[in-house]
Amino acid sequence: MFAFILKRLGLALLVAFTVSFISFSLLFLSGDPAAALAGETASGEDVEALRRLYGFDRPMMVQYGDWLFSALRGDFGESYYFKLPVASLIAERLQVTMTLGVCGILFALATAVPLGVAAAIRPNSLIDRVALFLSVAGQAMPSFWFGLILIVVFAIQLGWLPPSGASSWRHFIMPTIVLGYYAMPAIMRLTRAGMLDVLNSDYIRTARAKGSGEMRVLFKHALRNAIIPVVSLAAVQMGFMLGGSIVVESVFALHGAGYLAWESIARNDLPTVQALILVFSMFYIVFTFLADVLNAWLDPRMRSA
Amino acid sequence: MTDIADPLSAEIQGPSPRQMLKSRALSHKGLIFGLSVVLLLVVVALFAPLLAPHDPYAQSLMNRMVPPVFMGGTWEHPLGTDHLGRDYLSRLLYGARVSLMIGAIAALISGVIGTAMGVAAGYFGGKVDAVVTFLINVRLAMPVVLVALAVVAILGGSLTVVICVLGLLLWDRFAVVMRASTLQISRRDYVAAAQVIGASTPRILLTEIMPNVFNNLIVIVTLEMAHAILLEAALSFLGLGVQPPTPSWGLMVSEGKNMMLFEPWLVLIPGAVLFVLVLAINLMGDGLRDVTAPEGRS
Repeated sequence: MFAFILKRLGLALLVAFTVSFISFSLLFLSGDPAAALAGETASGEDVEALRRLYGFDRPMMVQYGDWLFSALRGDFGESYYFKLPVASLIAERLQVTMTLGVCGILFALATAVPLGVAAAIRPNSLIDRVALFLSVAGQAMPSFWFGLILIVVFAIQLGWLPPSGASSWRHFIMPTIVLGYYAMPAIMRLTRAGMLDVLNSDYIRTARAKGSGEMRVLFKHALRNAIIPVVSLAAVQMGFMLGGSIVVESVFALHGAGYLAWESIARNDLPTVQALILVFSMFYIVFTFLADVLNAWLDPRMRSA
Repeated sequence: MTDIADPLSAEIQGPSPRQMLKSRALSHKGLIFGLSVVLLLVVVALFAPLLAPHDPYAQSLMNRMVPPVFMGGTWEHPLGTDHLGRDYLSRLLYGARVSLMIGAIAALISGVIGTAMGVAAGYFGGKVDAVVTFLINVRLAMPVVLVALAVVAILGGSLTVVICVLGLLLWDRFAVVMRASTLQISRRDYVAAAQVIGASTPRILLTEIMPNVFNNLIVIVTLEMAHAILLEAALSFLGLGVQPPTPSWGLMVSEGKNMMLFEPWLVLIPGAVLFVLVLAINLMGDGLRDVTAPEGRS
């Protein structure tokens, strides 16, 4: 187990290192970040001044090394737009995004697991069909459109919920539903498939044969085993969701890290964009690492991977 | 990885007789529905210039936000007009071209990259596999929407840029599934037999491996096409995808957003069409998987 964790940790660090290099070099795609920053109307002298001010005149690898070592110390430089340290800017905005992410995954689990279990208990029943319909529709639903429809219905027509902002828990209801619905189909399908698999296994037949009650069989014996892969999928989905919250945050004007990313991209605020790509990637890497360790802990067969 | 890899990595049996395949396909409601809708939209996209009642770019400030016919409008503009007086139906029809073209080409690019990587990893194993698996991990760690937005912002939004960015970002599922399928196939006796009689590696890959992983590949192509279409719409919605005045459904939702309070149909119509197209492609993909590999059905 210890060897597995060590090996997996090494891989995570290597991935993190590579991602950091990619997210840094992405912004050199334009060829000249100083010219991009100065804008089209700037004179040659202005561009030169900017280039020296931000150190773009140094070799790219030197700039990368510099950026990486500062980043490791938690210093992502200063935002071009806000003139504030990027790290504190992101830390402040992450609270909203993390709240949204946690609510979203809880919503997804709270709907997907019961539905998946119910669908597996009675395959091809009405509830199975409803669950299938919800998951197929969820995978095809453009989240920005779903969000706008919720706003039209619940904020404008019915007036039950505030359309945008993040000042109270009621502001988080619609974004949570939209983000959670995005993660629901995969979790539901896995729960259903896992339950079906387990319910056909010998030990369930044994449990029934020895006279255990149906509830006990389902929840004590079956769900416990079927839920193992679901937990790690949920961790992976959480990583994806934080990256995907950019769309949801912009629809509901939730001023979280995703919204910050969108604004910063539009404003050419390179240090903020670089830092945000890195931060979102790190979340994904940490969550998948935790998922793998959890899997290996619960199921020793996974440790050889 | 994702739930998609699992049923596909199940044992793949040899090609079933054509008749069985055909009858399974014809009795699969999801496949028939998905295929019909996709074909309909492909025809609409191809013949948009003939079908569209108006020029999708022609503005008319006298006829702004005319409601659709079912909300009291006239047949002159069956789905009404937008905030610049452009005919909504015509823009919708031309928008089908944008979505389908981006979906198809992006899926093609990512398919070539992902399949090459996945098949190489599955067949050669060892170091090649380690490198490919590592690259898949790196790719999955990068937030797609964020990276795509940043790259489009830097390079400037255009159809070509959006297609290339999506093509270069969405190869992960191809690589994961092709790696798993190739791994299965390359353990088969007929591959060993081909190796023993001295067949060259390219020959084995092309004549033994590829035909046997092809069914899985088609399924992933459809699913990734749907994925690319949704992402394009999201990028265009955020203003960093296809640029105006090009009629993209995501862009139409974004343009209608400001008038949502009084004219909700401006948002409802393009979004609903997008939903139906993606739903149809997904149903087609799921159907193809059920029909070509029925033993992998969950």
